[in-house]
Amino acid sequence: MEFARHLPYMQPRAGSGSLILIVALGLVGVVAPWIAPQDPLATNVAVALKPPSSIHWFGTDAVGRDVFSRVLIATRLDLSIAATAVALAFIVGAAAGTISGYFGGWIDAAIGRLTDTIMAFPLFVLAMGIVAAAGNTVANIVYATAIINIPTYIRVARAEVLVRRDAPFIQAARLVGNGPPRVLAFHLFPNVLPPLVVQASLNMSYAILNAAGLSFIGLGVRPPTPEWGIMVADGAAFIISGEWWVWLFPGLVLTGAVLAFNIAGDGLRDFFDPQKR
Amino acid sequence: MARLIARRFVGALAVVASVIVVTFFLTRALPADPAVYFAGIGGTKEAIAAMRVKLGLDRGLLTQFFVYVRALAEGDLGHSLTTGHPVLDDLARRLPASMELTITALALAAIVGLPAGIAAAIRPNSWLDHLIRLVATFGVAIPTFFMGLMLLHVFYFVLGWAPPPLGRLGSFAVPPPHVTGFYLIDSLLSGDLSTFFAAIAQLALPALTLALFAVAPLARATRAAMIEVLGSDFVRTARAIPLSRAKTLFIYALGNAMLPVLTTIGMVFSFLLGANVLVEKVFGWPGVGSYAIDALIAADYAPVQGFVLLIAILYILLNLFIDIAVIIADPRAAGV
Amino acid sequence: MMSEIGAIEPLLEIEGLCVNIASRRGNVAAVRNVSLSVAPGEILGVVGESGSGKSVTALAVIGILPAAACVAQGRVRFAGRALDLTGRHGGDRDGLAIIFQNPRAALNPIRPVGRQLVDALRVHSSLSMGQATARAVELLKQVRIREPVRRFWSYPFELSGGMCQRVMIAIALACEPRLLIADEPTTGLDVTTQKAIIDLIVALAARRGMATVLITHDLALAGERCSRLAVMQGGQVVEIGATAEVLSRPREPYTRSLIAATPRADQGARPPESRTLGGLVPKPLLLVEGLCRDYRLRNAGGTAARAWARLSHPGEARRIDIVRAVDKVTFRLSAGESVGLVGESGSGKSTLAALIVRLIDPSAGSILFRGKDIGAIRARDAARAPHRREIQMVFQDPSASLNPRHTAFAAIAEPIRRLGPLAGNRQLDIVVRELAEMVELAPALLTRLPHQLSGGEKARVGIARAIALRPSLLVLDEPTASLDVRVQAVILDLLAKLRSEFELTYLFVSHDLAVVRRICDRVLVMRAGCIVESGMTEQLLSAPTHPYTKELVAAIPHAVVSREHCHTAPTG
Repeated sequence: MEFARHLPYMQPRAGSGSLILIVALGLVGVVAPWIAPQDPLATNVAVALKPPSSIHWFGTDAVGRDVFSRVLIATRLDLSIAATAVALAFIVGAAAGTISGYFGGWIDAAIGRLTDTIMAFPLFVLAMGIVAAAGNTVANIVYATAIINIPTYIRVARAEVLVRRDAPFIQAARLVGNGPPRVLAFHLFPNVLPPLVVQASLNMSYAILNAAGLSFIGLGVRPPTPEWGIMVADGAAFIISGEWWVWLFPGLVLTGAVLAFNIAGDGLRDFFDPQKR
Repeated sequence: MARLIARRFVGALAVVASVIVVTFFLTRALPADPAVYFAGIGGTKEAIAAMRVKLGLDRGLLTQFFVYVRALAEGDLGHSLTTGHPVLDDLARRLPASMELTITALALAAIVGLPAGIAAAIRPNSWLDHLIRLVATFGVAIPTFFMGLMLLHVFYFVLGWAPPPLGRLGSFAVPPPHVTGFYLIDSLLSGDLSTFFAAIAQLALPALTLALFAVAPLARATRAAMIEVLGSDFVRTARAIPLSRAKTLFIYALGNAMLPVLTTIGMVFSFLLGANVLVEKVFGWPGVGSYAIDALIAADYAPVQGFVLLIAILYILLNLFIDIAVIIADPRAAGV
Repeated sequence: MMSEIGAIEPLLEIEGLCVNIASRRGNVAAVRNVSLSVAPGEILGVVGESGSGKSVTALAVIGILPAAACVAQGRVRFAGRALDLTGRHGGDRDGLAIIFQNPRAALNPIRPVGRQLVDALRVHSSLSMGQATARAVELLKQVRIREPVRRFWSYPFELSGGMCQRVMIAIALACEPRLLIADEPTTGLDVTTQKAIIDLIVALAARRGMATVLITHDLALAGERCSRLAVMQGGQVVEIGATAEVLSRPREPYTRSLIAATPRADQGARPPESRTLGGLVPKPLLLVEGLCRDYRLRNAGGTAARAWARLSHPGEARRIDIVRAVDKVTFRLSAGESVGLVGESGSGKSTLAALIVRLIDPSAGSILFRGKDIGAIRARDAARAPHRREIQMVFQDPSASLNPRHTAFAAIAEPIRRLGPLAGNRQLDIVVRELAEMVELAPALLTRLPHQLSGGEKARVGIARAIALRPSLLVLDEPTASLDVRVQAVILDLLAKLRSEFELTYLFVSHDLAVVRRICDRVLVMRAGCIVESGMTEQLLSAPTHPYTKELVAAIPHAVVSREHCHTAPTG
C-alpha cells in the first residue's frame, strides 16, 4: 500500500528508466559480438540442456549452445529488424498522411482506400500472407512489418493535419506571407511531428513483437541464427519436459525490450505536451 | 438510420472487394508456379497443365482475376498439398475450434477488463487504479506465445493442474455429436458432462493466454473513456439534480463511455485473430491458425491464402457489426 | 426590496467558505472566506472575472465539487438547515437547483431530453412513469419550448443553444427549487437569445417566489436584473450591497475599475472622430459589391442538415444542400474609418471577414481594394500578392492564433521576415522591440512561448504581428471576445490609440454592440448573410430602423451606472 503511493511519482522516473534501458539495449546490440562470453553458434552436445550455471548464465539449449550469448547476439537482429521496419513505415506513412490530410480530394480518397484495405486484415495475419507470398527471408519480414505499420502513421498524420489545417495559427501563417509549401513545412509539420514520434516509439514495441511472432512460427529467420522469437520456439519443444531456461530468458528479454519502448512512448507523449514544459 | 446501415453494408462489401484483390495478388506473387499448389497432391503433369489453363495463367492478369473471383464464388480455394483436401473443407472443419477459442477469450477479457476499467476510473489514483494500470502495462508487453509458455509451465509442469497441451479434448475423450462445432455447447446439448469438463480443461489455458492479451487494451480503453465521461458536464448535471449514483454511473456515464470502448473491441478482435495463430501453435490447438502455419512451413501455399482471406472476411464482418451497434447506440452518428 | 438587516430569515447563508483546489503547482485557494446571503425571492448577482471563484462557490453549495477541490472551512445554511459540504454527489439539497454555462454539453448527448427531464422528476417526486412524462411536457411548455411533445424526444444535438438552456431550466424546475443558482447561463448564447433566457428565468422566479443567484462576468447584465450585487475577485467578496448603491457609489477600487471597463451601449468612452476631408466623400479604400459565398453541405438531406436549415431559416423553403453564408453583400470602407460588423452566430460575419482578408475565395461578387479586384487572385496564391502587406487580421482566440512552438518574438518577426524588406538580424531585433513597445508588451516576454503568456499578453502579440507591416486595412475578428472585461477595456483603448497613430482603417467584427460602440464610427448589421442595416454608431444605437437591429439593441443589458467613475488603470 505504501509502495502504491509512490507510483505517481515513479512515472517520470519510469520514463527516464526506460530510455536508459533502450540505450542499453542499443549498446548491447552494437557490442554484442565482443562481449558475448561464448560463441553463440558453437554447438557442444555434451553440455546440451544444462540449467543456468556460473559458466552458462542462461543455461544451454538442445545442441549445447550458450543461451546467454545467443540472447545477446539476438538483440542486434531483433532491434534492427524492428527499427528498419518502423523507419520505413514512418517515412512513407507520415508523408502520405500529411499530403492526404492537407490536400484532400482524390489523393485523400485514394490513400484512404489503400489504408482501409491494409487495415481490413488482422495485421499479423497479413504479415504472414505477405511473407508466404514473397518468400521466407528476413528482408521480407522487414517489409511485411513495415507495410502493416504504415496505416497507423497515415492515420495519425492525417488526423493531426486535419485538426490544424484550418486552425487560426495556420491562417495567420498564410496571412504573413507563407505560401502553401512553407505553411506545410514550417508551421504544420513541426506541430504534427511530435505525435508521430510518440507513435514511432510505441510502434517499435509492436514491431518487435510482430517480428518475434513471425519467427516463432518459423518465418524469416532460419536456424542457427539467434533471434528472440526463434529461440522461444526452440524452447517450446521442451515445455513438457521442463527445461524452462531455453525459452524463458529470450522471452524475458523480449518482454523487457517491448516494455521499455512502451514506457518510453508514454514518457515522450508527456514530454512533447507543450503545456508541461 | 436504415439508410446509414445500408451504406455501411455497401461499404463493407467494397472492403471485401479490395481484400479479394489483395489476396489475388498474394497468390500470384508466390515464389513458384501457383498451378502446382492449386492442383494438389498427386498432381501429374497433365493435372498441373490443366490447372494452369483453369487458373488462366496463360492469359492476361485481368482474366486471371476474373477466374479467381469466379472460383471464389464457387467456393474453390484450391487444394492443400499436405492434407489432400480442398482448402475450403479443411478450413470449414477447423474453424469452430478457432472460433470457440477466440470467443471464449474475448468473453473472458470483457468480463474482467470492463469492470476493472470502470473500477479504476471511479477511484483514480487509488491502489486499485495503480494495480490495474500496472497489470495493463505489462499485459500489453508480454508476447502471447511467451505468456502461453509461462502459463503452461506453471499450471501444467509445476502445479499439474492443467492437462497436457494436446488439443481440444486430450487423448481419451471423444468429441460430442456435431451441432455447432463448439465442443462446450455441443457437449451440453448432448448432456455429456464428462466431455464438457474435459473440453473446458483443455480450453482453459489457451483461452486464458489469449484473454490476458486482450484484457490490457480493454481495461485501458474503458478506464480512459470512463475518466473522460465522469469529468464531463452532463455527469456534473446528473450529480447536481441529483440522480442516484447507480443511474449516474451506469446509464449516464457508462452509456456514453461504451461508444469508444466498442471501437476498441473491434481493434482488440483484430489483435486476437493474429494472436490466435500463435496460441494455437503453443497449445497444439487444431484450429485454422495452426493449419495455416503447418501449411506455410511445408511450402503449401493454397491453405495460407485461403486462411488469410477467411480471417479478413471474419474481421470485416465483426467491424460491420460494431459499426451498426454504434449507429444504433449513438443518435449523433446519423447526423454527422 | 428586501433589507439586508431586516428581520427576514435568509434563505441561503454562506459563512466564511474556503475551498482549496489541488493543482500541479500545489494547493490553490480558489475561494477565500466568502460570506453571502440570499433572501427568499430576491435576485442576487455575483459578478467577477475568470478566476474570481464565483463558480467554485456555487459548486460547493450544491455539493458537486470536482475531486481535486475540497472545502477547507465554512458553513452553508439553506432554509435553516446546515448543508453537508463534504459530499461529491449532490445529495440532501432539496429546494436547491443549478443551471450551467454551455447547456448542450450539460445534457446527456445520447438520451432524449424529455427522458432526462423525467429522470429528474422521478428523483424529486413520487410520480409514476406516465405522470412524470405528462409533467415533463408541461414543464417544457412552461419554459416556452414550442411543440413540447415532439421536442420531448429530441436529442441535445438537435436543439439550439437557447433551447438546450430552456431544457436545463426545466430540469432545474423539476427539482422544485426555492433557490436557483444560474452559473453564467447565457454566456456563449446569441445576444437575442440571452435576453429571452434571462426574461424566462426572471419571470419564473417571480411566479414561483424563487430566489435566484445570477453568476456572471457581465456587470451590465447583473446590474440590469439583480436587486443586490456581490463583486468577487481572487476568491474573495470584494464588495456587496444593493445594486444601485454598488454601481453609483462603488467603494472598492476593483469595483470602480470593473465599472469603468464595462462597455456601455448608451454612455461612456467614444472613439475619436475620424478624419474625413470635410464634406468631400473620399474614394473608398475597400469596395465590396454583390459578394457571395456558398458552402456545399456534405450530408445534405440528413437530420443535421434539415435541422440546421430549419433553425437558420424558419419558415423558408430553401435548397438544403447549399448554404449561402454571405448573400450579395455590398458596402464600402473609406481610409481612416473604423467600421463595426455586428451579427449573431451564423450571420456570416466571420466568413465575410475571411473573404476580405483573402483567406477564402468568393463564389460571386467583387472585392476592390484601392480600385484593384483582389477577389480575382485565388486565396492560395494570395501569400505573395502585392495586397498581402496591406490587409492584415487580428484573430479572435489569441491562444489558437499563435503557433504553440514559436516564441512571441518569432511570431512578431515572421511577417517582416516573409514580406518586409529585411535589413539583417539586428535591424529585425530593433523593429520587433519597437512593435512590442507600441503594443505595451514588456520586452522580457518576447522570448516566451504562448502558453507562458496571459490572455492579454497573447492578444498584444497578435496585434503587434498584425501591424508589423503597417497595413492600411486591419480586420479584427472579435479580438477581445475571450478576454476578461478589464483586459478587454485596455486592449480596446490600445486599438484605438494605434488606429489614430498609424492612420489604420478598421473593420471590427463583433457580436457585442456595446464593444463596437467603443471603437467604431459606423456599424453594419448582418443577419443570415445579408447586411440589414448600416449607419453611424450613435444613430443606429439610439434609433434603429430595421426590426432585427431593434431586437439587437433591445437585448443589450442597460444597467444604471454612475456618471462619474474613476478611470483606474487595471493590469492586463
